[in-house]
Amino acid sequence: MRALLAFLLLWPGLALAVNEAALSAKRPAKLLSEYGLFDDLAGQVPAFGVTPYDIATPLFSDHAEKLRFVWTPSPAAWSADEAFDFPVGSVLVKTFAYPDGDRLRLIETRLLIRQEAGWKAWPYLWNQDQTDAVLKLAGARLDLTATAPDGAQIPVSYRVPNANQCKGCHERAGAITPIGPKARNLNHDFYYTEGPDNQLRRWRMLGLLENTTAESPLSADWTEGTLDQRARAYLDVNCAHCHRRDGPASNSGLFLTYGEEDRTAWGYLKRPVAAGRGSGGLEFDVKPGDPPRSIMVHRMRSLDPGVMMPELGRSLPHPEGIALIEAWIAAME
Amino acid sequence: MRLAAILVLISALPAFAKVWEIAPGPDAAEALQEAMILAEPGDEIALAPGRYPLVDGLSLDVDGVTVRGAGSEASVLDFAGQQGAGEGLLITGSKIVLEDFAVENTTGDGIKSKGSDQITFRRLRVEWTGGPDAGNGAYGLYPVESKNVLIEDSLVRGASDAGIYVGQSDNIIVRRNRAEFNVAGIEIENSYRADVYENVATRNTGGILVFDLPNLNQMGGHSVRVFANEIASNDTDNFAPEGNIVATVPRGTGMLIMANRNVHVFGNRFDDNAMVHVGIISYFEDYDDDDYQPHPRGVVIRDNVFGRGGFDPNGEVGEFFAEAAGGDIPDIIWDGVTPLGEWITWTSDEDAIFVNQPGATFANLRMIAQTIYPWGASVDRDIEDYAGSLPEPAPVVLPQDR
Repeated sequence: MRALLAFLLLWPGLALAVNEAALSAKRPAKLLSEYGLFDDLAGQVPAFGVTPYDIATPLFSDHAEKLRFVWTPSPAAWSADEAFDFPVGSVLVKTFAYPDGDRLRLIETRLLIRQEAGWKAWPYLWNQDQTDAVLKLAGARLDLTATAPDGAQIPVSYRVPNANQCKGCHERAGAITPIGPKARNLNHDFYYTEGPDNQLRRWRMLGLLENTTAESPLSADWTEGTLDQRARAYLDVNCAHCHRRDGPASNSGLFLTYGEEDRTAWGYLKRPVAAGRGSGGLEFDVKPGDPPRSIMVHRMRSLDPGVMMPELGRSLPHPEGIALIEAWIAAME
Repeated sequence: MRLAAILVLISALPAFAKVWEIAPGPDAAEALQEAMILAEPGDEIALAPGRYPLVDGLSLDVDGVTVRGAGSEASVLDFAGQQGAGEGLLITGSKIVLEDFAVENTTGDGIKSKGSDQITFRRLRVEWTGGPDAGNGAYGLYPVESKNVLIEDSLVRGASDAGIYVGQSDNIIVRRNRAEFNVAGIEIENSYRADVYENVATRNTGGILVFDLPNLNQMGGHSVRVFANEIASNDTDNFAPEGNIVATVPRGTGMLIMANRNVHVFGNRFDDNAMVHVGIISYFEDYDDDDYQPHPRGVVIRDNVFGRGGFDPNGEVGEFFAEAAGGDIPDIIWDGVTPLGEWITWTSDEDAIFVNQPGATFANLRMIAQTIYPWGASVDRDIEDYAGSLPEPAPVVLPQDR
């Protein structure tokens, strides 16, 4: 039954809506609508075969809400630790939005498209009328109002990254790569229109993910588990796309991947290398028991582009994230 | 036959090399960034004279592109209003040439290349125009994890860390540049095979630094030649934020070699450096890294010209040096720290410190790692004992410099 369903969903004739030619074209389409990824673009209702998903620990993006979708022509290969290996022709879709009254105002939609030559990252900026989104290779800066979890309205100079800046985070060993769709980030229930279901189970059933018997890693959720687990889950998603041994911040020597066991590497009494004034006059990235004397906290708090971390993706501080990392360092011996 | 040769030549050229003409105006920032995304290998991006105000960082990730301005005073990328990104211009492509333009007042670093192979910085200017200030960005020209790096005929002013900083890179030439009013003028860190010559490093806190630091992907810096430079009047107070290694550099340091292997310093002119002309030291902070080698090994200092120096030791390190040296700072100072075993046995020639400087003054402080004062040993000022030489690293040859 499951195999039959997967077969039907994968039947090329059924996936009519998605424009595979646009996905494989060397030059990006001018308009988001050209890809045929949505039945209702403005309502973000995905086309047949395009599957919504979410991740356990999202990157903080100035309180923006994020709507994620995936489409693949054939199943992605399993990985226990890294993002799944998606086949050529796959697309990952992420729309950023802020609440506007009782609905969402769509800001930008980013596409990560797996082509023969590797992943391509294209940013699309939503128009004023919210009818379509337009390719914006150079990115943009927008004056918007964010809504914090407590309802507070916060003005934000929102940055839509340029196509190169996408690679600033989505890079491993010199090539663009997805970050979010990792097993530990998907191993929880998503509320599909038919009801809740575990995403890994669902992805296998739909043929988005290869059917392995591999044991799934536990969900890495920054709101669940021990203080250490939560902090490391948060750092993994918010920092480790760059701060990893083969990532854009490899030269810093600070590596914050979930599985990093060398404590100097994750910051414990580690001195800064190329931090410049980012060090804030402090000696260590993580000074056990002393959050205010830890560079990590200083840079998470900062709003100065020459100091703040992450370098891209936020203009505001993330109070809940800062509180978590402060508690983690305070409890450390 | 001749026709065939011509055809081969033509086909070796990029098919449709294009020049992206960028001129100042309200759309310049977007046009420039778009060009840096859409350019194809072989293309050139030309910056017409004028100022280009930018609020976000630029980045170039295409191989084989040249970005060319009309001169380092004429075409100016102005980041005074920068709101985002850790540097002004980020290069992640290879075979890149940047020449004849300026980058001013970035909030973070000036121009950074990461993971580039064959990157050329030529006749550029990176400047924080307000002069030395702890709020200036850290590095001016900043290749890191790059190889085949050429930095020439450029000017860097006001960096709160190092004006020209080459980190964790391999095969490097830094020549004919001027670095002034930075904390460190030129710094070669955790790098292999570097030739640093005919530069002027003046009015920085420290002129030229060759460092190796622990807990990094690339360690064991080696094979560095520093020659025919003018390293003089480095008299700017240290304005680096604490915590960074350069924040410990005393004002008036000509050159500092920390850790590293096979460093040759010759034919330079040192003058008017108030702390010391040449310091040779071990990494002095605590660290946790079994693979790190904290001592300078195989250093040759020869045939330099030393003017007035060491007349105003300052800062924590400076005062410590002055005290250890008995108040009289020589032209060249070595902390004398070696692996502990070598105190009992000896240091082999290839690891030794050699000084061939008749007429210059020298002191080996004969310190032991992690101790404050020399351990029952007196300072050794007998420069003749350090005569000798080691094979010099071969000149660096770069594929883009033929």
